[in-house]
Amino acid sequence: MYPASFEYVAVDSAEEAIDSLAEHGDREVTLLAGGHSLLPMMKSGLASPEVVVDLGGVDALSGIERGDDATRINAMTEYAAVADDEGLWSDNPVVPEAAAAIGDVQVRNVGTVGGNVAHSDPAADLPAAMLAADATIHALGPDGEREIPAADFFQAMFTTALADGELLTAIDVPHLGSDDAAAYVKKASPSSGYALVGVAVVLETDGEEIADARVAANGAFDHAMALEPVEEELVGGSLDDESLPERAAGRATDDVESYLVLDDEQASSEYRAHLLEVYAERALETAIDRVGDGSNADG
Amino acid sequence: MASEPNAESVFGSSVERREDVGLLTGDAEFTDDKLQDAAHVAILRSQFAHATIEEIDVSAAEERDGVLAVYTGADVEESGVPNDIPTAWMLPGLVTPQYRIMATDKVRHTGDALAAVVAEDRYAAYDALDDVDVTYDRLEAVTRPDEAVESDVTVHEEAPDNVAFDFELGDADAVDEAFEAADHVASVDLEQPRIIPNAVEPRAAAASYDPSSDELTVWMTSQNPHLHRVLMSTATLGHPEHKLRIVAPEVGGGFGSKIYHYPDEAITAWCAKQLGGSVKWQATRTQSYATDCHGRDHVTEAELALDSDGTIRGLRVETHAGLGAHLSQFATATPSYLYATILSSEYAIPAIHCRVIGAFTNTTPVDAYRGAGRAEGIYVTERIVDVAARELDLDPVEVRRTNLIPPEEFPYETAVALVYDSGEYEEAMDRALELIDYEGVRERQEKLREGGRYLGVGVANFVESAGLSPSKAAGELGAQAGGWEAGVVRFHPSGTVSVAVGTADQGQGHRTTLAQVAAAELGVPVDDVEVVEGDTDEVPQGMGTYGSRSGPVGGGAVAQSGRKVVEKARSIAAHKLEASEDDVEFDDGTFHVVGAPDRSISIQELAYAAYLGHDIPDEMEPGLEATSYYDPENFTFPFGTHAAVVEVDPDTGEVEFHRYVAVDDCGEQINPMIVEGQVHGGIAQGIGAALSEAANYDDNGTLVSGSMNEYALPRSDSLPEYETDSTVTPSPHNPIGVKGVGESATIGATPAVVNAVVDALEPFGVDHLDMPLTDETVWTAIDGGER
Ligand SMILES: Cc1cc2nc3c(=O)[nH]c(=O)nc-3n(C[C@H](O)[C@H](O)[C@H](O)COP(=O)(O)OP(=O)(O)OC[C@H]3O[C@@H](n4cnc5c(N)ncnc54)[C@H](O)[C@@H]3O)c2cc1C
Repeated sequence: MYPASFEYVAVDSAEEAIDSLAEHGDREVTLLAGGHSLLPMMKSGLASPEVVVDLGGVDALSGIERGDDATRINAMTEYAAVADDEGLWSDNPVVPEAAAAIGDVQVRNVGTVGGNVAHSDPAADLPAAMLAADATIHALGPDGEREIPAADFFQAMFTTALADGELLTAIDVPHLGSDDAAAYVKKASPSSGYALVGVAVVLETDGEEIADARVAANGAFDHAMALEPVEEELVGGSLDDESLPERAAGRATDDVESYLVLDDEQASSEYRAHLLEVYAERALETAIDRVGDGSNADG
Repeated sequence: MASEPNAESVFGSSVERREDVGLLTGDAEFTDDKLQDAAHVAILRSQFAHATIEEIDVSAAEERDGVLAVYTGADVEESGVPNDIPTAWMLPGLVTPQYRIMATDKVRHTGDALAAVVAEDRYAAYDALDDVDVTYDRLEAVTRPDEAVESDVTVHEEAPDNVAFDFELGDADAVDEAFEAADHVASVDLEQPRIIPNAVEPRAAAASYDPSSDELTVWMTSQNPHLHRVLMSTATLGHPEHKLRIVAPEVGGGFGSKIYHYPDEAITAWCAKQLGGSVKWQATRTQSYATDCHGRDHVTEAELALDSDGTIRGLRVETHAGLGAHLSQFATATPSYLYATILSSEYAIPAIHCRVIGAFTNTTPVDAYRGAGRAEGIYVTERIVDVAARELDLDPVEVRRTNLIPPEEFPYETAVALVYDSGEYEEAMDRALELIDYEGVRERQEKLREGGRYLGVGVANFVESAGLSPSKAAGELGAQAGGWEAGVVRFHPSGTVSVAVGTADQGQGHRTTLAQVAAAELGVPVDDVEVVEGDTDEVPQGMGTYGSRSGPVGGGAVAQSGRKVVEKARSIAAHKLEASEDDVEFDDGTFHVVGAPDRSISIQELAYAAYLGHDIPDEMEPGLEATSYYDPENFTFPFGTHAAVVEVDPDTGEVEFHRYVAVDDCGEQINPMIVEGQVHGGIAQGIGAALSEAANYDDNGTLVSGSMNEYALPRSDSLPEYETDSTVTPSPHNPIGVKGVGESATIGATPAVVNAVVDALEPFGVDHLDMPLTDETVWTAIDGGER
């Protein structure tokens, strides 16, 4: 359909964006990044913001910076840039692998990492990857900057730890160690292309032992969540234990309240819960296969 | 003059599509590119599937900035126009409630139009829609045809049990006898869900009215502009036909959905008249989903009687067909004549009986969608043959082979009223089996099953009745339109040619293929021929494009006019060469005297002479052109065999293609590249229906698969690589031997794929699954079998 009319504000810097959000804080105001979630919602009437603050002109919010311990992905970086970033593929492939799995090439050329994460669409691909990567989310608000661990960020469907008037500026993705491995595996919805289920895995290993594991899923639940029982099963397990992936994946929904499992036109909750186990197993097998192959993945 | 290969060889060669430059560069103009300064119409749709309307208050909307007018159904009634969209095919006992262009007292599905806002721009128009205040009194809804006939809910007062028609074809007694005599009876209950056509360009109209001349011009997304003209003139708007011009500019796909006369285009044209100016309307995708006629919607019980060697003795079919909330033009013909008559598929089935109950429901109207009726019928037969083969422990291919109509039996009269023109069924089937290595696949299937991998192979044969005709027979059966096509071939004095034809392209490439037909008949370079379609002012009359008719019927009309032109030119040639007409031969654009090749004259020179009129036979009128109304003596009957190899992942129910082979026989091929393109697109849509597409309603009559977010169209990466081949069995009665190919692949693909998946699931005891075979459907079936 056609969106209701709205006021459009273009800004040049993150600070200006914050000021603008504050200035229009008495009205319904929203940020515009890639627009690939916002515009469809406005056109279908699901969102009718009165003011739209466009981040498109904020150059400082774009780009990927490699640090000593982590890679910083600025909020307005498009997925395509992440999916093509060789440094990320070798330092922590779970994020570029998830970015490469998003939509199609048009979507990847326009949608942004910040928009994806800030939107917290349950079926989006990046949230699980950020959880598994143990990423740190940087927010800027009227009271200044703060850092939010990914684990505390995704709270519910379309709901995050960002406060009103706050802007997501960047995400730090820690480098993996040389003995670590990661994977993102997705079952795309045949209609929307979003994740029916997507499972992200990061394994830290010590010899043949799994020293630490972070496994998270999106698509299956009302928001991206860590699969803690799976992680528990994995930690202390052996890479040589062939039954481990299946055993661990089998616990994917152990702790999850059943109402959290999505049930819609695209898939029933029963099927989603089943897919989650199958894809968790595939993700674990992929990650285990990659341990010790140096590049972590062959992106 | 352009240098060209031998003009005659232009028929049958893969000439590049002349349409593509404009389409690919964006130069091509679609309906919404017209009337850039016009006001915009936005149409308010019902919020509920079924409700009586207590009140519609438009006052707030009228007061908004930029709003020029707001109209309701009451305004349309008051204007005194006929206001009744008709059905184009009458059946015995058919109930035909009035179908108003805007609802007045009751809404019957969520797409029903309630009010129209005309505003200076589209945003203002849509904003004002929110201010139209409708008071509804909600009623319960019914959405399934089998439930509708037993429901307390009544969609139309005229049909208290929601039955629009109860149709029968075939000899019921003969079928009873066949079933008694047969060794075995196989049965299957199956459903063919609703399909949303999903043309890339949603419907649109742009209308301009000149009060001083009373001329009304409507540009619109039409598959048949002349049909739209006559319907708007006589049935909805009452505007004189000679002052009504319908133009279909470039049209982005249709698949049937743009055949019909919908309320929206009539509302747009009516608004233009009310305001005495120009207005336009462009559907959004959401509106397309809610209002473009859907396809299929069948609930069927089928039974097949066979002997233990696989010889088929009889087929009995009973179908509840959903018609939606209103009768669209071919809504009655599609599930009756176009369906029941094709149930014989490629087989000699001595007795067939089919009953179809057409039911009104609180849903979007259902009408012909690519394959229309034939796709549904072939699906029934090709599925039940597989079911029966498994029950008899016979190879499904061998059951098919046993029953194929042999080539020497043509013309072959089926038990369901058709006379098939020609067919080499076994040749096409064997070609497909050879390409797919049927024996080899069966061996691999057995081996892989031992290791827990599930391969399936599915084969489907099909016959399609294309180019609905002849007019007289169709008229006797209830058609309210003819089955002919009109084609004009006109030489210009300089020797180039204009062709005008009543078919209407929506991407098929008629401007290329019909130019090839004319060029071949006239012996002129194909680049010297221009084809005009889609404008009632430029084309004398026409029936449009649907039912795979443009090649056989449109092409037939062009060929016939071409031949008339050649005959006139021959007379002039004989006159100029001072020979008798019988002694003048025509070959590749040149007339020459038999035995004296240098006594010759080209057809272009003759065109010039014809327009000079100085030196032509006495009594002959000047000019060189001809018009034909080609009325075929029969349908044409394309056929073929499609075969698929799939693997099912038992963990997830996912279906993966290993191979897809299509062998199509569409008779002579005007342009093999375009034929192949039609096959490709048809397979994609056939696979979509088999695996992923379904329009679902909830109990309230809300379309829950209301956008592409929920409705799964096949994507390029979910489709297999197609391996296509063809055999060529010309139609003996078509002037150019063409049978048509527009719908064939859609018809063949769906049963081939479903048969393949069900074959893969044999170890799980699955003998049938209803479409779409989504991963979850397949997984649920496997899981059920394992438990
Ligand atoms: C056809 C299609 C297919 C898609 N398929 C997929 C898929 O497979 N997987 C997937 O993950 N996604 C998919 N998407 C969604 C796409 O990834 C979106 O781009 C993404 O969800 C939002 O990012 P954006 O930059 O477009 O944000 P926008 O749409 O501009 O914004 C989304 C929301 O986030 C807010 N926001 C944006 N940036 C910030 C910021 N820096 N700080 C705070 N708030 C912010 C906005 O205010 C808005 O509320 C698809 C979209 C389309 C249209």
